[in-house]
Amino acid sequence: MASAFLTLLKRDLMLALRRSSDWLNPLIFFIIVVSLFPLGVGPDGDLLREIAPGVLWVAALLATLLGLDGLFKADFDDGTLEQLLLSPHPLSVLVLAKIASHWLCSGLPLLLLSPLLAVFMQLPSSALPALLASLMLGTLSLCLIGAIGAALTVSLRKGGVLLALLVLPLYIPVLIFGSGTVVAAAAGFEIEAQLSILGAIFLLSLSLAPLATAAALRVSAE
Amino acid sequence: MAGACAHGNSPVSQALLEATDVAVFRGDHCLFSQLDLSLGSGQVLQVSGDNGSGKTTLLRGLCLFVPLEEGAVRWRGVTLPAKRDRYYSELTYLGHHEGLKGDLSVVENLRASASLSGSDAATLPAAVERVGLVNQADLPCRSLSAGQRRRVSLARLLISNTPLWILDEPLTSLDLHGKKLVEGLITEHVGNGGLVVYTTHQPLSLSGCDVQMLQMSDW
Amino acid sequence: MFRWFHRLASLRNFYRLAEILMPWLAVLCAGLLAVGLYRGLFVAPADYEQGESYRIIYVHVPSAWMSMFIYMVIAFCSALFLVWKMKIADIVAEVSAPIGAAFTFLALLTGSLWGKPMWGTWWEWDARLTSELILLFIYFGYMALRSAIDNPSTAARAVAILALVGVVNIPIIHYSVEWWNTLHQPASITKIGKPSIHISMLIPLLLMALGFTLFYVVNMLARARNVILQREAKTSWVRERVSEGRL
Repeated sequence: MASAFLTLLKRDLMLALRRSSDWLNPLIFFIIVVSLFPLGVGPDGDLLREIAPGVLWVAALLATLLGLDGLFKADFDDGTLEQLLLSPHPLSVLVLAKIASHWLCSGLPLLLLSPLLAVFMQLPSSALPALLASLMLGTLSLCLIGAIGAALTVSLRKGGVLLALLVLPLYIPVLIFGSGTVVAAAAGFEIEAQLSILGAIFLLSLSLAPLATAAALRVSAE
Repeated sequence: MAGACAHGNSPVSQALLEATDVAVFRGDHCLFSQLDLSLGSGQVLQVSGDNGSGKTTLLRGLCLFVPLEEGAVRWRGVTLPAKRDRYYSELTYLGHHEGLKGDLSVVENLRASASLSGSDAATLPAAVERVGLVNQADLPCRSLSAGQRRRVSLARLLISNTPLWILDEPLTSLDLHGKKLVEGLITEHVGNGGLVVYTTHQPLSLSGCDVQMLQMSDW
Repeated sequence: MFRWFHRLASLRNFYRLAEILMPWLAVLCAGLLAVGLYRGLFVAPADYEQGESYRIIYVHVPSAWMSMFIYMVIAFCSALFLVWKMKIADIVAEVSAPIGAAFTFLALLTGSLWGKPMWGTWWEWDARLTSELILLFIYFGYMALRSAIDNPSTAARAVAILALVGVVNIPIIHYSVEWWNTLHQPASITKIGKPSIHISMLIPLLLMALGFTLFYVVNMLARARNVILQREAKTSWVRERVSEGRL
């Protein structure tokens, strides 16, 4: 089971390396969306500083969503999804491997890029650790929750918009506590409570989302 | 033609794969109902029928992809989907799609699917040689022809080494040598006590095999 | 118990039962709504703070309750459907979703109408209104997914999973929106339905809530009967009824 998990993780990472546009494009999208805000609301530093947590978080959320569409799509199209379903290993474990590799190719680079965009948005550097910590826990949850939607829509030709419709309402708690963490940190408050809640959301999604995703994949494969 | 050799060297054994009273619907339309089949060790089942008669749906039903509206499928006497993982560890399915990643090489693809199906890749080099892809082993599957891709998926059958094979149109895009290869693989597998269910439009010549015929229009 | 369950689960029996129940429930519903509205709009005293405008709660609060209640019904039916493959559970979930979405919309609309005299704005990011808005999105997602999948039995299982995922999320969404609201807003703003309520105001509210519930049940049964006829169009009992002209 562990070897199947690792094989799948390795396979997906290798594929991502050989086809870099899949994970690069959402990152570029992230940068562009954040850059749009100063252009839209004006370059006033105080205003930007105030909206920075929300903007960074909304952009990160949309960038995550953008990449999710392809999470199972390629496997569905070329028939490897059928092989996953026919594996004697628990499907939820295999699903978790796919989500993990997806996060490594989308969430992690986004995390590494966020300090740069925090500078764009004039976020005080004291809030940077909070931004990184909240994005770390938050994007993991977003990938896990989003995988359910990706699995439900994988067989649909125009699943992308529907995926957003299904998943975005479920993302709201993560958004609220994610940006709440950064807001609190920027104002100089403790962020332990918010991070604990984000951690709780992550653990809950980690335990339930793979099961729901596996069930959804079996339905979509019909 | 294929049914003529029903009393070959295959042992008469109890049924491993059984389906009773199976019905499958596509929307409101009933594709087939009250279908029964029973297959034991060393037996082959050829499913034939016109386009849209439900051949693929039946095979996908046997793989538990499609839920059965009525009836039951049993493997080793256990009604599925109970013990689904044991069933899956003894089943290899070849569908319309080869299940290959274009960006990975032949060997990489086969290694990944071997690990997913829970088998070790020890027989991988021999399998690649058997399907005649030694020279292409390290090429990305994207650069292979359709027939060669089919051959890669045939190699999966050898590597996974499971008793039950379910093959949906295994001859698609294969040439004459390819057809001989498929016939050889099936004959050999059945000779070792395996079970094969397949659909086809071209008759296969499986000499010495216990072949049952299932005509979809009869159900 | 289980046998009773299965008898009810037969679409034909459900159709029959709905046929018998509907007229009675419809009359009861009309009576409750009439009495509730009369007592709410004319008998109950005006609120000392909000004057007459508070009376919109007699529509707003039951709508908001119904929007949650119907989602719970959908989730419960989805679980029944996934575990026991009860077709009637899927049908009830399917026909409930648009009714639930309509109640959610009504709760938002009346909340917004109430907001104008209360807060001086048509939309206030009040915790309850925000939660209702998100619930509406969830209803939209549920209905959109069902209509996007061609095969009805696949669609039924897919939306059932979605409904269960939603029901785990709704309390989390609710509490996170509450937390967000208290963080961003001064506590002085009165929230809908929060202050304690006098008994003469409460009774019409409960009558209205009961009336709304029955309205939902009658509406749901009527829609479910239509869907049953559609799905069973080829069966002999439906043909018989059609030929006899009693549907």
